[in-house]
Amino acid sequence: MTQINVRVDGTSYSDDVEPRTLLVHYLREGLGKVGTVVGCDTSNCGACTVHLDGEAVKSCTVLAVQADGGTVTTIEGIADGGTLHPMQKAFHEMHGLQCGFCTPGMIMASIDLVGDNPDPSDDEVREGIEGNLCRCTGYQNIVRAVQQAAAEMRGTGTASAPAEAVARA
Amino acid sequence: MIPAAFAYARPTTVDEALQAIADGGEDVKVLAGGQSLIPVMRLRLAAPETVVDLTRVAELRGVREEGDVLVVGAMTTHSDVLADPLLAQYGQLLVQATETVADRQVRHRGTFGGALAHADPAGDLPAVALALDAEFVLVGPSGRRTVPASEFFVDYLTTALEEGELLVEIRLPKLGSEWGVRYEKFNRVAQAWSIVAVAAAVRREGGRIAEARIGLTNMGSTPLRATATEAALLGADVSLEAVTAAAALAADGTSPSSDLNAQADYRQHLARVLTRRALSAATGL
Ligand SMILES: Cc1cc2nc3c(=O)[nH]c(=O)nc-3n(C[C@H](O)[C@H](O)[C@H](O)COP(=O)(O)OP(=O)(O)OC[C@H]3O[C@@H](n4cnc5c(N)ncnc54)[C@H](O)[C@@H]3O)c2cc1C
Ligand code: FES
Ligand code: FES
Repeated sequence: MTQINVRVDGTSYSDDVEPRTLLVHYLREGLGKVGTVVGCDTSNCGACTVHLDGEAVKSCTVLAVQADGGTVTTIEGIADGGTLHPMQKAFHEMHGLQCGFCTPGMIMASIDLVGDNPDPSDDEVREGIEGNLCRCTGYQNIVRAVQQAAAEMRGTGTASAPAEAVARA
Repeated sequence: MIPAAFAYARPTTVDEALQAIADGGEDVKVLAGGQSLIPVMRLRLAAPETVVDLTRVAELRGVREEGDVLVVGAMTTHSDVLADPLLAQYGQLLVQATETVADRQVRHRGTFGGALAHADPAGDLPAVALALDAEFVLVGPSGRRTVPASEFFVDYLTTALEEGELLVEIRLPKLGSEWGVRYEKFNRVAQAWSIVAVAAAVRREGGRIAEARIGLTNMGSTPLRATATEAALLGADVSLEAVTAAAALAADGTSPSSDLNAQADYRQHLARVLTRRALSAATGL
């Protein structure tokens, strides 16, 4: 067993883990953060995406011991109390999900993308989420959701106040 | 699945890493970004006794210049490569190829050194290193040695790295403004891995081609140089006719594999087409 100290969604944890424990299993089984899901065995689907020290990573392809001393943000840690993160809100409003299985990873990858590129084009969104697979939506509404959230995060528009957004733009 | 149990070491210097490898028993694996190794361990295709994690060996991460050479630390991540100002200026071929590697999550963790040491024939970065005649600096129990790219890639997933040795840095020539470069890749949308790709760097003098370097991805068990094309371009006019004639030789001497993605003859066709496109772009045609 190896001891790790890690901050997850704003809370500090100190735990003994086996070195072979994957970060996603530590999050789900160790901390009960089952919002982050496992969708494949090949590192392809991106459903398990979380942020480690501010960067999107596939938590099925990182060892829990590698997060020692680091900060992890999962889908469970991005809402502000009862207020959804703009990316969560946009996925909801633009119907960016059907079964919802890919959604936690899609949202975490998209927040990472918009951090680097605050105003992504259609193609840039599609490339930015190339590490995330959705078997339901055909991606169209996901792309719309990411762009709507990006606009809100830039402060140039929100779906709840479209008239005001147009006026400001 | 989860990996089989292993002992874990997390050195902070190259010397500590070598010691941890020496102390690790029969089957030791070095962990870089883990983006190839962890999937393989999860499927239990590898079950090392000890894993030596290089993530905290800070001296292995970053890019610096030494005269005409760019020195890239083995633990420099794909994302680091894309953000590096020296590579932006002198290493565009590597930057272009790295942009096509995997996805942003994998690029945040995966490293240049790990991709070269893994030596997957479909990997994008070995062909770039080969085209640029990169030098590989290896450190092991018996000291430090430098291996040219032409000798580093030995066979399928096999390199010149000996047991207990680490790849510490990769030395690339600086390519100045007299060079034009292009990485042309053909892959399926949902799978970033190359079916075939071509790395081209061309130096022009006046209206002629003074030097051409062309690396081929996934045209054999190791990356290859398109030597017939390179020779045909020497001293040639920068013209669509010359480039097209030279590109027609790009698959000469190759024997690519056939798999789910492509038959061997289709791969050879792709190599010729992609070489023509890469050369046209690199020469500004
Ligand atoms: C979904 C997915 C898609 C991908 N798509 C692509 C793609 O399109 N193109 C592409 O090129 N790659 C692709 N990759 C692979 C990616 O580029 C990896 O980053 C790379 O192959 C391995 O780098 P790593 O740092 O993760 O190495 P690791 O996985 O940590 O190590 C790989 C191997 O190299 C050895 N090794 C690593 N570093 C050293 C060192 N310094 N000295 C000695 N031995 C060492 C390890 O022991 C291991 O055997 C993809 C990976 C995934 C998961
Ligand atoms: S579960 Fe991590 S990529 Fe599929
Ligand atoms: S909504 Fe079902 S997989 Fe994406």
